[in-house]
Amino acid sequence: MEIPYTVKPRPDTGLYNAKVGIWLFLASEVMLFGAFFSAYILLRVGAPEGFWPDVATGWPHGLLNIPIGTFNTAVLIASSVTVVMAWAALKENNFPKFQKFMVFTVACALGFLTIKTFEYNEKFTHYVIRLKDGSAVTGHLNIDGHSPRFWTLKDVEEKKLEALKVEVDVPNKFRFPVGMKMPEAVHEAHKAGKHHEEKEFKVADIASLKAFVPSTATFFAIYFTMTFLHGLHVLAGALVLGYFAFLGRKFWQQHPEQFTNRIEVAGLFWHFVDLVWIFLFPVVYLL
Amino acid sequence: MQTATTHAPGHAHGDAHAHHEPGFWQKYIFSTDHKMIGIQYGITSLLFLFFGFMLMLAMRYQLAHPGQPIPFVGGLMEKSLGEDMAKGGVMQADLYNAFGAMHGTIMVFLAIVPLLFGAFGNYVTPLQIGAPDMAFPRLNMASYHLFFWGGAVMLSSFFIPGGAAKSGWTSYSPLATMADSNFINGQTLWLVGMVLLITSSLLGAVNFIATIIQLRAKGMTWMRLPFFVWAQFVTAFLLLLAFPPLEAAGLMQLADNVLKTSFFLPTGLVVNGSQPDISGGGSPLLWQHLFWFLAHPEVYVLILPAMGIVAEIIANNTRKPLWGYKSLVYAVLSIGFLAFIVWAHHMYLTGMGTKIATFFQTTTMMISIPSVIILTALFISLWGGSIRFNTPMLFALSFLPMFGIGGLTGLPLGFNASDIYLHDSYYVIGHFHYVVAPGTIFGIFAGIYFWFPKATGRMMNETLGKLHWFGSLVCMNGIFMPMFIQGLRGMSRRMYDGGATYFGSGVGADPGILRLNNAITAAAIGLAVFQLPFIFNFFWSIWNGKKTESDNPWDATTLDWQTPTPPPHGNFAIEPVAHRGPYEYSVPGAKKDFTPQGQAS
Repeated sequence: MEIPYTVKPRPDTGLYNAKVGIWLFLASEVMLFGAFFSAYILLRVGAPEGFWPDVATGWPHGLLNIPIGTFNTAVLIASSVTVVMAWAALKENNFPKFQKFMVFTVACALGFLTIKTFEYNEKFTHYVIRLKDGSAVTGHLNIDGHSPRFWTLKDVEEKKLEALKVEVDVPNKFRFPVGMKMPEAVHEAHKAGKHHEEKEFKVADIASLKAFVPSTATFFAIYFTMTFLHGLHVLAGALVLGYFAFLGRKFWQQHPEQFTNRIEVAGLFWHFVDLVWIFLFPVVYLL
Repeated sequence: MQTATTHAPGHAHGDAHAHHEPGFWQKYIFSTDHKMIGIQYGITSLLFLFFGFMLMLAMRYQLAHPGQPIPFVGGLMEKSLGEDMAKGGVMQADLYNAFGAMHGTIMVFLAIVPLLFGAFGNYVTPLQIGAPDMAFPRLNMASYHLFFWGGAVMLSSFFIPGGAAKSGWTSYSPLATMADSNFINGQTLWLVGMVLLITSSLLGAVNFIATIIQLRAKGMTWMRLPFFVWAQFVTAFLLLLAFPPLEAAGLMQLADNVLKTSFFLPTGLVVNGSQPDISGGGSPLLWQHLFWFLAHPEVYVLILPAMGIVAEIIANNTRKPLWGYKSLVYAVLSIGFLAFIVWAHHMYLTGMGTKIATFFQTTTMMISIPSVIILTALFISLWGGSIRFNTPMLFALSFLPMFGIGGLTGLPLGFNASDIYLHDSYYVIGHFHYVVAPGTIFGIFAGIYFWFPKATGRMMNETLGKLHWFGSLVCMNGIFMPMFIQGLRGMSRRMYDGGATYFGSGVGADPGILRLNNAITAAAIGLAVFQLPFIFNFFWSIWNGKKTESDNPWDATTLDWQTPTPPPHGNFAIEPVAHRGPYEYSVPGAKKDFTPQGQAS
């Protein structure tokens, strides 16, 4: 006896098996990302008043690039549209059109991941420097023109440097939550278009030096964990969609209806990945 | 006349299957057949059950004879685990904690759930709904392999420097992160193993739910499903929705351990007198919430399939339909829903406010109602029945009062006020072991004796079965009943000296309570001895058991008994049709005292 309803839907539910399966799987994924969002809320609500790094366990603001994040959001939304167009093309029996839209979808996915890689790199080359007098600054290092990753004070001392050139971040308006009054100096600096200020610090004055990595603060821990997990889902989706786009012709020719169903199921997963980002972007970047 | 019998598998398959007899690897290791996968789960998890049992015996010996070398295995322990763990064959404190944490983990995640859900669920569910296999056979195979390798990772953690995870099966932070200073440590492997096991369960849950929704045979309406299938259905939903938060928490604790993040490590943490180099800002409570969000539904995952098995066996051996089928269905659905909103009754002592405590206390009391409804329906099912006292029925019958004791002793724990005293005492251990040992495990034994003839074509020996049953029942009570006394007296759990610190001497000295340790250990050894007839019976009967005369030796009504023995690939040659409910026993006017569900007229 064959397993029924693998292609044709079951009359009373109106669904074929894989569709039930993917919706159930997506329900579990909602719980997974939901748990992470809950963790974010609990950690942020539990953080003391005041900005990081001035307050050691405070919550940082303004460290993420909103224009880039917005562009990434648009990229993913576009890819969600094109994956539906790809499925519709199959319903029209137009395989070349399907392939075109599918390739565009995969390209958007890879574009998203590329941009994310640049964002991550920007973090890994971004440092928090705590001085012995108790103050703290953030910024990129300038070591003979290039910006190193993952350095600690040990690396600075190994290089026998006495002075450290830092592109210190000037507090911008995004560092202050919406509605809070900015200090005049920040307002002036922002009007003047200044985002960074070259400063030099004596290595002897530095208490600690750490890149923006998960262990630097809980904000980074949850940011990296959630975006990395989301990124893994983008990659997995891209691989599956790419497989269908480039290696799907034979299966399409032999089982067109089943192939179309597979694209629908993959498309549902892709919509979910997009939806997670649509929640993730405002929560992590904007709020 | 049976409508649903099949003949030799000469029928055509889709191009997804091989046309002829599969080779060894395809048939036994990478099988996609739900019955083979069920057996794979069964054998693997029985081995884990045995291993978890051995861990407990070693711990019990230490509790009864603190500081003495463990007999027989002490030397082996020292050689394989290292001198700092088992010097001179004596269980050191760290090893006791490791055994304790792994005993819980192995029993819950590697033995009970894979047996009830993976083994019985996989083998029986498609047969009982009249389906040729699970909806996603290859996913099913993936689930088993994830389980197997997750278990292998867990076992391997015993042999690395520092030993296995030792922060309880509950792995509370910050201890779980700080307990071991090695970079790759037992806790890390525990977390990796858990991620694999959780993924296995999630994929399995998707498979079960899709199968039950989509692959029911014609005429098999929802209210004609055997209660066993309803129980598996709700269990699958619990696994699907409750496990992901633990997976999230596990990934975060893994980050704490490996990447030195501070998801669960609070600011100002001091370890061994110094402040570790962490960012702080984390929350130990966050771990507890995420953990218990799974772990409470998990206990219903442990009990519901066992209730399902017991229900099938009671209906079959009373020769009458289950009493209150509709109540059973609505009760099990209510448990499935309520299970998600009771979790913080494990956290009453974390300083929660009275309003929140009241909320969780209320939902906890509410969930006892459907549980009692199920137990009551099963009890009333016995009334007026022609009871056959075979081995499966003995286990099923004794399940009822044993689960009753377990459930009732949970009430003082569910009330915030009394739990303040009883939390983390031996009372808790007594309570939950009553529900899982003479509760769940009796359900498992009942199921093994019951479905053994369907899988093998042979009966297990009744005399050995009754001996196994009687000895297990007496010894389990001997182990867990005294624990209530110890707990009420104030004895803490997870203490490797068996309570000697508090009860050994001084103001609180109570040698009687300590002597109970010896009684409990004696009962544990007795329990071990009484498993020998079962182990022997199981293997001996595979080859030498009495051959069944028919495909349906128990004269059962459900579709699983209307197949050849063992059922071939595809289960049914002609699509079966359900013509009536699942428990048409002793129908007035019928020729026999049972009318199979698939029989046409």
